[in-house]
Amino acid sequence: MTALLSIKNLWKDFGGFVATRDVTFDLAEGERHAIIGPNGAGKTTFFNLITGHMHPSKGSVEFRGKDITGIPPHKVVKLGIARSFQRINIFPRMSVFENVQVALMSREDQSLKMFKLCFDLHVAETNQLLDTVGLLSEAEETAGELAYGKQKQLELAIALAENPDVLLLDEPTAGMSPTETGDAIKLVDRITKERGLTLLFTEHDMGVVFGISDRISVLHHGEIIASGLPDDVRNDPEVRRIYLGEDADAAA
Amino acid sequence: MTSPLSKTGMAACLIVLILCALTPLLQSDYLIDVVTEILIVALFALSLNIIIGYSGNVSFGHAAYFAIGGYVNAILLTTYGWPLLPSAVAGVFAATLTAAVVAYFCTRLTDIYFAMLTLAFSMLVWAILFKWRSLTNGDDGFTPVHVPAVIDDRTAFFYFTMIVIVISIAVLWVITHSAFGRSLVAVRENVGRAGFVGIHTRRMRWQAFVIAGFFAGVAGVLFGMYHRGMYVESAFWTQSAQVLIMTLLGGIYSFFGPLIGAAVLFMLERLTNEYTEYWPTVLGSILLIILLFQPDGLVGLGKRIKNKFGGGGSP
Repeated sequence: MTALLSIKNLWKDFGGFVATRDVTFDLAEGERHAIIGPNGAGKTTFFNLITGHMHPSKGSVEFRGKDITGIPPHKVVKLGIARSFQRINIFPRMSVFENVQVALMSREDQSLKMFKLCFDLHVAETNQLLDTVGLLSEAEETAGELAYGKQKQLELAIALAENPDVLLLDEPTAGMSPTETGDAIKLVDRITKERGLTLLFTEHDMGVVFGISDRISVLHHGEIIASGLPDDVRNDPEVRRIYLGEDADAAA
Repeated sequence: MTSPLSKTGMAACLIVLILCALTPLLQSDYLIDVVTEILIVALFALSLNIIIGYSGNVSFGHAAYFAIGGYVNAILLTTYGWPLLPSAVAGVFAATLTAAVVAYFCTRLTDIYFAMLTLAFSMLVWAILFKWRSLTNGDDGFTPVHVPAVIDDRTAFFYFTMIVIVISIAVLWVITHSAFGRSLVAVRENVGRAGFVGIHTRRMRWQAFVIAGFFAGVAGVLFGMYHRGMYVESAFWTQSAQVLIMTLLGGIYSFFGPLIGAAVLFMLERLTNEYTEYWPTVLGSILLIILLFQPDGLVGLGKRIKNKFGGGGSP
């Protein structure tokens, strides 16, 4: 397996507070990799550094062997890295259909086309994506008025519309009930398999993580303290101390 | 799928268009004047809404491009004796070019900083028009404007204006319903997410500003010829505020909203002035009511009424 995404000695400090500390990390093509860690471990920062939402203080991010450190988000996504966000991040006053269609138009470099009417653009593909995430019947509804779980599904559809090679999901089940969580995970599992996507996701629900990941890395205080197969990570004494020791409740 | 334009919408457009075109048959100079002027301010308001309603930024200086279009055309026609077409094109071009430069700086900013910078640039334009007496005649106003013979007649000018405005509005409609227009709404709705679906958000906002400047220029060119004069007040911030109020009154989330707002506010001003001299008080009250109770304007109000009484089934 070759590394699709390769991160070398990445640092990020916010005026003295180190959120990412010397992280070196490879994501292999086709693998499903979970980043776990307690709240404040630096998971979201780590994602932001990959997708260009933040600039690293030191270190580099390579995608397919090409250095993409510091490239702005709108260019990163064009390279084939899509992500969902921990907090709902959609276009609230647009319809569900339009939310996805806009992403497709951007993928096809049509966003600046002023004389190309939008009504017939990517209708079939938009509907197919909505069908994939189970939102086809809500296509005409205003996105901001959907239930929370459905907005999360919509986020996934938007991310998929970018036709990514790598999908980064930042806590895809945050704020969901146990049933919703189960459904969401099944959905992610199915979609990544169907599309052969490389998946990198953060999560703090351990149950969710072991269900679908090939490999797991544990982030703690901005540092990767363990990385490997799920069973190895589960049995790692350091991880057990963090998760099952004094932080057992928080991690549950 | 969002339908292009509903059948009733299309019919309404057609009726308004025919009514407008028939105005001169009523033999009323007053009516022709009113409709001509409403058409001009309507285009002005629609152009501003590209920035406000579609790109999600508030401009407090949109009068600048209106005034530049008007002045450049007026000066070229009168002082330099240019024919209509090149002169009008030059007026619109000057407005567009200025907008392109100003937008380059403004789109680096958002929110209140964006608004203040547009205001600053428009005050700069105002100051130049005010101080450059040899060219603009300063605060005495640039008048009279030499209006070419072909349109130097009330009815002829009315039809000329109507054709230009209808074409402009049609082009604006296409732009706002294009891939660009819809992506621009996404930028308004969520700049961050729009950027991360791969949209170059700053470029989009710049382009929107330039389009708005272009059509404000068109409106300005017509305005100068209609009034046979250009005055520094048309570049002043109060003019920017007035067109902003028109846009808000009509509703920024609908394409035709600003057109309705422009027509209603214009008529209200005319009628109020016939009875009292307290138009600013009335204007202030209108603004208050919109902001407090009806942020999506008259169009929003119309929709709410329709939902309540008609059908009510679809949300």
